[in-house]
Amino acid sequence: MQFLNLAAEEKINPLIPHTAELVVGAIAFILLFLTLRKFVTPMFEKAFTERTNAIQGGIERAEKAQLEAQRALAQYTEQLANAQAEAQVLREDARVQGAAIIEDLRIKAQEEAARITATAQASIEAQRQQAITSLRTEVGALAVELASKIVGESLDDEARQSRVVDRFLEDLETTNN
Amino acid sequence: MRDLLRSGTGGGFVPPSSSDFELPPIFGDNAYTTKPIFLVFLSVILISTFFILASRKAAVVPSKLQFAGESVYSFVRNELARDVIGHGFLRFVPYLFTLFTFILVNNVFGIIPLLQFPTMSRISFPYVLAVTVYFVFHYVGIRKQGAFKYFKEIMFMPGVPKAAYILITPLEILTFFVVRPLTLALRLFANMFAGHLLLLVFILGGEHLLQGVIGLKLISPFAFAVGIVLTFFEFMVQVLQAYIFTLLAALYIAGALADEH
Repeated sequence: MQFLNLAAEEKINPLIPHTAELVVGAIAFILLFLTLRKFVTPMFEKAFTERTNAIQGGIERAEKAQLEAQRALAQYTEQLANAQAEAQVLREDARVQGAAIIEDLRIKAQEEAARITATAQASIEAQRQQAITSLRTEVGALAVELASKIVGESLDDEARQSRVVDRFLEDLETTNN
Repeated sequence: MRDLLRSGTGGGFVPPSSSDFELPPIFGDNAYTTKPIFLVFLSVILISTFFILASRKAAVVPSKLQFAGESVYSFVRNELARDVIGHGFLRFVPYLFTLFTFILVNNVFGIIPLLQFPTMSRISFPYVLAVTVYFVFHYVGIRKQGAFKYFKEIMFMPGVPKAAYILITPLEILTFFVVRPLTLALRLFANMFAGHLLLLVFILGGEHLLQGVIGLKLISPFAFAVGIVLTFFEFMVQVLQAYIFTLLAALYIAGALADEH
């Protein structure tokens, strides 16, 4: 310091600190540090945390919504599959029932046909029996008539005999017709 | 003072020197009323006001002001504190943030019209800041590893052959207790001092040329132009120095926190 004083005003050593500046520098720095630490950095940190939370919350919400949507989709797909299966079952049922109904009707128709056939046959049989009965009586009568004719005629020769028989048969045919 | 000197030497050019940084008190003889001291207080008021206004609402969706404040804050927080210190960086953020803004604003005062004086070109202020760094990084080192282990690892670096300690131990002690804080202060001071001196040379030189003969008057604009270019350059240096000082402070803290140096 001594040589500084001896030297001219111009020769000031800029590396020598001044007490006043040291004091003020320390006070100012500490003051600024305390102010920033108390009022500024906590607020910025708070904003950062909130921002991080907001972003994370948003992502989580989106993930949840997506999960929800996927679950709903799975549910709908399952419901759709169920409905299709149900429809399939119903269709199968209907087809089976339809087949049963047709089969039923067919059997009924066959039965009806058989019944009608049987009735017809019975009727024919009755008529046949009736015809046989009436024929029998008629054949008898005819035989009697033929016999009486044969007896009435003179059965001289075989030619006459056969003529009589033929005539009878012709008569028979014409009457039968 | 400059005008007095100039008139005293009859108009000859007095090159700017270190005496240009010795500003007289504004009020009488009171050493607490010099321009650098007012500038320091002004910087505290400006920084506090700006950041309190910017952080007051601290909304999730920031306003323009909050965004501006946040940009500076998150730069110091993420680029300096988090990337350098790593785990547990958050408790050093207020300190590093104060360092960075304090140095930055006081440096930039050097090119703000009317103020035009970088406070950090007064060595006292860098000294104070370097002393805080000195205490902080030794304190966290002692707190983290215990005084004995911390000093032992500084003096006897692990993984070094025993014979090498003769050379390394004094160097390490010198580095940790003298060189680091001193270079921190001197780097900042010297950059601001030299930068301001350079600006003075070109601006005052240009002014002086203007008072000379006609030929010199014509050269004068070139001196001013260089002065303006240097002003932009100075701005870069001022920001860079604030960054470097804070970065080194963070590095020293990180080194003290690390288990091995």
